[in-house]
Amino acid sequence: MINRLPFYLFVAALVVIGLALSLYRHSVYGVPWLPGESRAQWEVEARIAFDATGDPVKASMAAPNSQQGFILINESTSSQGYGVALQENEGKRSAQWAIRSAEGKQLIYYKARFLVDPDAEYTIYPPRIPTPHVFEELRQTAAQALLSEAFKQSAGNLTLTREIIRQLNDPKNQNAALLLNSINREDAIVSLLSMRKIPARIVASLKLEDGRRRQVIRPMVQVWDANKLRWQLFNPISGAEGKPSNLLIWSHDYHSLLDVVGGRQSAISFSMIAQDISPQQATREKIEAEDLLNFSIHSLPVEEQAMFKTIMLIPVGALLVVFLRIIVGLKTSGTFMPVLIAVAFVQTQLLTGIIGFLLIVGTGLMIRSYLSRLNLLLVARISAVIIAVILIISVFTVIAYRIGLLEGLSITFFPMIILSWTIERMSILWEEEGAKEVFIQGGGSLLTAILVYLAMTSELVRHLTFNFVGLQLMILALILMLGNYTGYRLSELRRFKPLADR
Amino acid sequence: MGIGHSISARVKWLMMPFSRHFCRPKKLHQRGILGMNKRNHSYIGRYNDRSKYPLVDDKLKTKFIAQRAGATVPELIGVIRSQVHVPEIHQMVSDWGGFVIKPAQGSGGKGILVITHHKDGRYFKASGAELNQQDVERHITNTLAGLFSLGGKNDVAVVENLIEFNDNFVDFSYEGVPDIRVIVFQGYPIMAMMRCSTASSDGKANLHQGAVGVGLDIATGKAVRAVQHNQPISHHPDTRRALNTLVIPDWQQLLLLAASAWEMTGLGYIGADMVLDKTKGPMVLELNARPGLAIQTANGCGLLPRLQKVEALKAQGAAHATAEERVAWCLQAFAT
Repeated sequence: MINRLPFYLFVAALVVIGLALSLYRHSVYGVPWLPGESRAQWEVEARIAFDATGDPVKASMAAPNSQQGFILINESTSSQGYGVALQENEGKRSAQWAIRSAEGKQLIYYKARFLVDPDAEYTIYPPRIPTPHVFEELRQTAAQALLSEAFKQSAGNLTLTREIIRQLNDPKNQNAALLLNSINREDAIVSLLSMRKIPARIVASLKLEDGRRRQVIRPMVQVWDANKLRWQLFNPISGAEGKPSNLLIWSHDYHSLLDVVGGRQSAISFSMIAQDISPQQATREKIEAEDLLNFSIHSLPVEEQAMFKTIMLIPVGALLVVFLRIIVGLKTSGTFMPVLIAVAFVQTQLLTGIIGFLLIVGTGLMIRSYLSRLNLLLVARISAVIIAVILIISVFTVIAYRIGLLEGLSITFFPMIILSWTIERMSILWEEEGAKEVFIQGGGSLLTAILVYLAMTSELVRHLTFNFVGLQLMILALILMLGNYTGYRLSELRRFKPLADR
Repeated sequence: MGIGHSISARVKWLMMPFSRHFCRPKKLHQRGILGMNKRNHSYIGRYNDRSKYPLVDDKLKTKFIAQRAGATVPELIGVIRSQVHVPEIHQMVSDWGGFVIKPAQGSGGKGILVITHHKDGRYFKASGAELNQQDVERHITNTLAGLFSLGGKNDVAVVENLIEFNDNFVDFSYEGVPDIRVIVFQGYPIMAMMRCSTASSDGKANLHQGAVGVGLDIATGKAVRAVQHNQPISHHPDTRRALNTLVIPDWQQLLLLAASAWEMTGLGYIGADMVLDKTKGPMVLELNARPGLAIQTANGCGLLPRLQKVEALKAQGAAHATAEERVAWCLQAFAT
């Protein structure tokens, strides 16, 4: 028999190193073991991309500042060879990059760190009284009609705004339809308010969602509240009032978010990530980046970090699958297919995910049963199934959109190739072993996927796997140990029960 | 004391629905039942050299090594290796009555097509179901494409003569050849069962598909117990034949043939699938490097004590060089 000692030493070493790394993260960096009630800190990264033409380049981006709910702790930029300047002028902050000459694809990163603080202090610059906007003739009449109608039913700046949004949202209102024909909703609101000399502006806002990448800026409307002397936020589409706690205002001027001279096809996108670092720690965090012992992935750009937030969850899914197969003895179709389905569930939300999965696989099986009669070669048949799956997904997406089920749109997140193989395998299973086996294995896969999904979306699991990389080593050790388990599976206790009772 | 008692009573009550469907692991252990994890880890992983798997995973190779070792095997009618040769099947089988088409690398009995007789391009399965030429060709096409094979690899279709099974087995099997599975551990045949197909297993001999498993006494080849769907039965569900009257003829010869699989393959833990032909006696149908655990249910006893007995024998250094010696030892050691 082979000596197992080195194996157990190796496993023990993994546990010890994993534990030590985690303890180090906890004690030195102050990362709490449990996720906080609210997110302590957000790291938001703007990624500016453009094609330089070879001439001098000057790029200017509106930069965020402390605001209601958030305190700006620090900011940094990363750009090769560019000179950087941060400017502030009457509350308008901007970051500017310049270079004598650049050519080809350019990437500039700007990173800002915010502390979540409901009592954040920030300066409010009172606005100037705006000059009334004048529409062209026909629309001016419509605007005045709409405005006077709204004015009648309001008592102040804020109620007037509310009423304007309500009228713009009314599909039967012809004045609104005429206005929205030529200009954006948010522009219409601000212009209409200016006709009553009410200060209002369009701000660039960002919805903070942990681990999101490639997010875009959304316009919101701020209206000056003359009574309380502060700005009040309105969602121009829903009319919702007040600033949600997960909304960050990036800039007070939506239209001058990004300006690039000397470059073409400029684009800006945002990535964000939440961290649970205690506020005391936040201030002395700068050491972290230079620390070699800091094994964490937290020194990477936010976009990569956000990606790792999902990647680091996969070992947890794998551990669950190992457990369900070795200890429980659950039958699934395809060993790690449930993990991939669970990753899709994270994007689609559970219920829509399950319905989408059942719809796709169910319809796919029907199409596949027709294909099996055509006597095709295997590779061609699977390719046909893949195309069928894509068609099913597009049909369901269109139907969902038409009947107003926006959740249905997320069905596109399913991994199509994997689903096609699942359909193929289940269809063969159906032909050979009957429908019962298909339901057992399909049900097993779905159950595993749901359990993996629940683990992956658990706030605690997300917090631990991302913040304590040492934990991954411990998961590895656990999986290695499970690989040595020679006891009975739960399913065998049932299978061999007639034998035990004899 | 009183509190402790009520707690344990409560636990018992809570566990009721559980204990109705599940048994305690300790009980299984006492009975020496081999579990899937232990089989994979301690027997297949330890005694089966992966490099030798192709010998048993490819039925064509198994056939050749068995023939070389002097074992009888079902006659080979032909092999179809590529798509262009598929239509030749009709010509190939024209002189044979019944035949079997199987994927060389199939697993779990997948893709085995049994044709009992054919006439003018019409083919008949054991169940009486009729297939036309296209159906048979499609089956071969699927086989070649790897539909039934491990990992979906491209495969070849093996066409074999249909075994005419021994008259002793009439009514023990419904629409299909009954085969005898022998677990051979390091050359010692330690447990055996006959697998009889039923209407619900569609002529297939896999227990999880509804076939009947009849446990066989290693010493005598007589039936000890029969199960279907994990539950004991006394009569074949379709033919109503009493299963306890089953006796395998040529039993010792069959065990010898099974035991020789160790020399043929070098694999320590295998399931040898045997058939008894009316005229040619025991034949090796195929070998399986990952034999299932249902044989324990069929025999009503666990594999572990027997496996450990052989392991202990090996540890003592007692080596039986020939298959005859090993079978003789088993006839004594595992008599029930």
